[in-house]
Amino acid sequence: MKFKTFSGGLHPPDNKQWSAHKAIEDCPIPPQLVIPLSQHIGLPAEACVKAGDRVKKGQTIGRAKGFVSVPVHASTSGEVISVEPRPHPSGRNLLAVVIVPDGTDEWLDGVEPARCEDLSPDQMRERIRDAGVVGMGGATFPAHVKLSPPAEKPIDTLILNGVECEPYLTADHRLMLEQPQAVFDGIAVMRKILGVSKVFIGIEANKPDAIAMMEKFSGDTGVEVVALAVKFPQGAEKQLIKAITGREVPSGGLPMDVGLVVQNVGTAVAIHNAVMLGRPLIERICTVTGPGVFEPKNLRVRVGTPLKHLVEHCGGLSGDPAKIIMGGPMMGMTQLSLEVPATRGTSGLLLFRESDLSLHPEGPCIRCGRCVRVCPARLLPTTIAAYARLERIDEAESYGAMDCIECGCCTYTCPAAIPLVQLIRSGKAAILARRRKG
Amino acid sequence: MIEAVVSIGGIGMLAAVALGFASKKFAVEVDPRELAVLEVLSGANCGACGYPGCSAYARAVASGEASASLCTPGGTETIEKVAHIMGVEAEMTAPQVAVVFCQGDNRKAKNKYRYLGIADCASAQRLADGPKTCPGGCLGLGTCMRICPFGAIEMTPEGLAVINREKCTGCRKCVQACPRSVIRMEPLDATIHVLCNSHDKGAAVRKYCSVGCVACHICQKTVPEAYRIDNSLAVVNHEYNEEALAAVAKCPTKCICDFAEGYPEGSTFHPPTKAPFRRSA
Amino acid sequence: MNKPENKPVYISSSPHVHSGETTDKVMRAVIYSLLPASAVSIYYFGLPAMALMLICTVGCVLFEVLCQKMMARPLSVADGSAALTGLLLALNLPPACPWWMALLGSAVAIIVAKQVYGGLGHNPFNPALVARVVLLISFPVQMTTWSAPAPIRSSLDAVTMATPLGEWKTAVMLTGKLPESLQSGVGQYFVGNMAGSLGEVSALALLLGAVFLFWKKILTWHVPLTYLGTVVVLSGLFWLVDPTRYPNPLFHLVTGGLMLGAFYMATDMVTSPVAPRGMVVFGVGCGVLTVLIRLFGGYPEGVSFAILLMNAATPLIDRFTRPKKFGSIRVEG
Repeated sequence: MKFKTFSGGLHPPDNKQWSAHKAIEDCPIPPQLVIPLSQHIGLPAEACVKAGDRVKKGQTIGRAKGFVSVPVHASTSGEVISVEPRPHPSGRNLLAVVIVPDGTDEWLDGVEPARCEDLSPDQMRERIRDAGVVGMGGATFPAHVKLSPPAEKPIDTLILNGVECEPYLTADHRLMLEQPQAVFDGIAVMRKILGVSKVFIGIEANKPDAIAMMEKFSGDTGVEVVALAVKFPQGAEKQLIKAITGREVPSGGLPMDVGLVVQNVGTAVAIHNAVMLGRPLIERICTVTGPGVFEPKNLRVRVGTPLKHLVEHCGGLSGDPAKIIMGGPMMGMTQLSLEVPATRGTSGLLLFRESDLSLHPEGPCIRCGRCVRVCPARLLPTTIAAYARLERIDEAESYGAMDCIECGCCTYTCPAAIPLVQLIRSGKAAILARRRKG
Repeated sequence: MIEAVVSIGGIGMLAAVALGFASKKFAVEVDPRELAVLEVLSGANCGACGYPGCSAYARAVASGEASASLCTPGGTETIEKVAHIMGVEAEMTAPQVAVVFCQGDNRKAKNKYRYLGIADCASAQRLADGPKTCPGGCLGLGTCMRICPFGAIEMTPEGLAVINREKCTGCRKCVQACPRSVIRMEPLDATIHVLCNSHDKGAAVRKYCSVGCVACHICQKTVPEAYRIDNSLAVVNHEYNEEALAAVAKCPTKCICDFAEGYPEGSTFHPPTKAPFRRSA
Repeated sequence: MNKPENKPVYISSSPHVHSGETTDKVMRAVIYSLLPASAVSIYYFGLPAMALMLICTVGCVLFEVLCQKMMARPLSVADGSAALTGLLLALNLPPACPWWMALLGSAVAIIVAKQVYGGLGHNPFNPALVARVVLLISFPVQMTTWSAPAPIRSSLDAVTMATPLGEWKTAVMLTGKLPESLQSGVGQYFVGNMAGSLGEVSALALLLGAVFLFWKKILTWHVPLTYLGTVVVLSGLFWLVDPTRYPNPLFHLVTGGLMLGAFYMATDMVTSPVAPRGMVVFGVGCGVLTVLIRLFGGYPEGVSFAILLMNAATPLIDRFTRPKKFGSIRVEG
């Protein structure tokens, strides 16, 4: 059977077998929660608690600042001991609310469930925003913004992203298996908000059980489950749209430009929790895996749990970690230490030991063209990288540097071990800096 | 034979006429002063004047748009020549050089992580604010060295940028390129500098660097008029360059450098022997 | 859990995994894939063939070391590219080529065609082909004196004979007619029983190596298939027009350096286009030039010249065959 897909891409060993069969476990409450006020794309939230305050689970501790921003909530009840800069996944020290849990895990009063039928789209959007729902695939773009398309951009289709093409990660896979009803309830909410009937769920063909589960629940809802070729980056928004609908999001555009909204399956569950249960986004599923972890697992993690507690719950380290990666191996970010807290975007924690790393020195480009063949954005990575290295910004831009989605396929496949993505990133940074200067 | 002479000669004549016609018809009026100015500029196209290249600056000077004294890399001589061509008074400013305010090479300063990637300071800085634990220290990946149009910067084997005071023309390219602002412009005749760029408290600096300023105030106590402590970092008052010398040997972390005596450890540069670089004994 | 760490963690830009493919693995695989062709040439041409291969390979490696030492550059012979160039050069030489010519060729390949441009990845022309062409033009007699194949253990003495393509060119120039014997020898030519350069004689052995490279995903179909296809179509047209004068496409495929050129020289990554569409243009160009030179040129064989000419056109091809970037064509829907 031939599955739908896009052009380019590749299939690195997916290493999902370590955690794909493991049911989601609850990660216990740590002795201290460090909840960053910046966990989304857009302006950071503004702290509205201070040291000494007692907070309950689900209480707002940071208010949204502006439209593209979301509030932040306490992920358990306890005492705020400080609001101060703490290590953040970005590598910097950023403002965070530090909470010492009181162990009762008591919900805030006044959390009320609601029924989809009783709410207007605007009320739903409000609940989604107040719950702090962001894109759970890792991009953490505020969900209510995506669900508020301008009137001149009519939306006809909703795509749910259950692809999870990053190697090692199995969080979305487990979520689809264990909370299928929540996924479909989330879909129902989004359908009503957007007023669309056509819904697709895209899943990579290497998760037949998830595909079967989604098909079972789709029943007569009219939701179509699409099995996609096992290829990275199948889950990248634009590539997913291309594979399922054949539409190509214009360069520099957004999915709404071609009448589409794409949301991760995790986001659908969070939307269900926000709208129907009235519960804010204070926990997520995170795959803790990699050769540096004793027993890889899928965990339900409270936002603000330091990474070391995740590792502890997985039997600890199986060697000195040489690389700590938040997210997947292709697009994740390396972390300075395990003190960094898990946030709303932490889809995975991946640990490598020194012996697991490939540390080949960079060589000259032999123009083999592999990077060109795998580039899902259909660029010439080696050419852009060469121009970026020479700081020839105009040429880098004209060769499409800004269209690079930084998926990492080119660097992965480069026999000369050239850090193509990093070079292109530096070119993009220079282009953006120049645009700002005007 | 005769045909060859005629045909080749004919073609030659035709071409000559065409060229002569074209040079008259399409002649571009150039201010002779622009050419004269361009002639005396260094031709390094370094951009220190703020214009893209020497010819752009020459045009700006000739049109009266730019001051005649912006070619600092060319030095006094060039500025005087340009001023002379333009018939104006040269406005002389004290010559400046770029100084790297750090001595923390890989042996002396700690790294908070091991960096894997392209040798470019700006790229490293984007990853968790750079590998050096010190928030202000030189990253040692040589971005300034590669951008310097005059070959005035070297990287020591242990990864520290050092700027040659004789070769530096003060074009500021490195100042703009350094993502951590470790490089700053200083008057050429100020030879004594506290080579540290960390405003952290002394105890924090001690943890990650053996040659950082720990704000112990010893220099200030020794020569009060020549040193002040600005936000946990000692700064030299260059009006008292001579006096400042007395504190150099007393600095416990050896982070005060007298460029008249020598460059930071690991550098192959030697102090110049001519005035005004050299202090009179 | 909280045990002291001696070394800080690594921080890098994503991705954090790598395919494991390296330049030296690629080069080594290409060298391995040439083993069948090398073995066949030793079978047909004996010890002199082996000696030539050794001289060229060792010579190229030595010249590379020498160059890099002189230019104070880091040594890179471990990447195997110099050895590969040496082997390819040997396979492009006639069996009776004197040792000093092989050595000179190695020097030309490494110094003139590779290192002066900046080493691996920066040379515009295929080094082995440059060396071959330099030798061909400088020493036309030695470079076109072909030994007859004399299989090991057969008691044949080394005699000289013409290559099939040379034989055809001479016959056509003299009589205007295609000799009958040539067309019937295709089967023998296919296994390598003909006069020619060391490595070009056996199309069979070259195909075996190429299959290995396809399997290793080092070769893509773009260049070799379009190259061979163009030769078949174009030479087929001429053959249909006048079968008494022009040989059939099969003859073109198995004689001369076409197989070696199509699978090993034209596919040289450094000197061919990077984008798939560019590779197709490159392959077609090579095919057209090869047929034109073979049928109408002064030399009986045109593969080397065709590929070198297309090498020169590579930057231009790259410029005009950039893939259409994602999102630049708007699909209605």
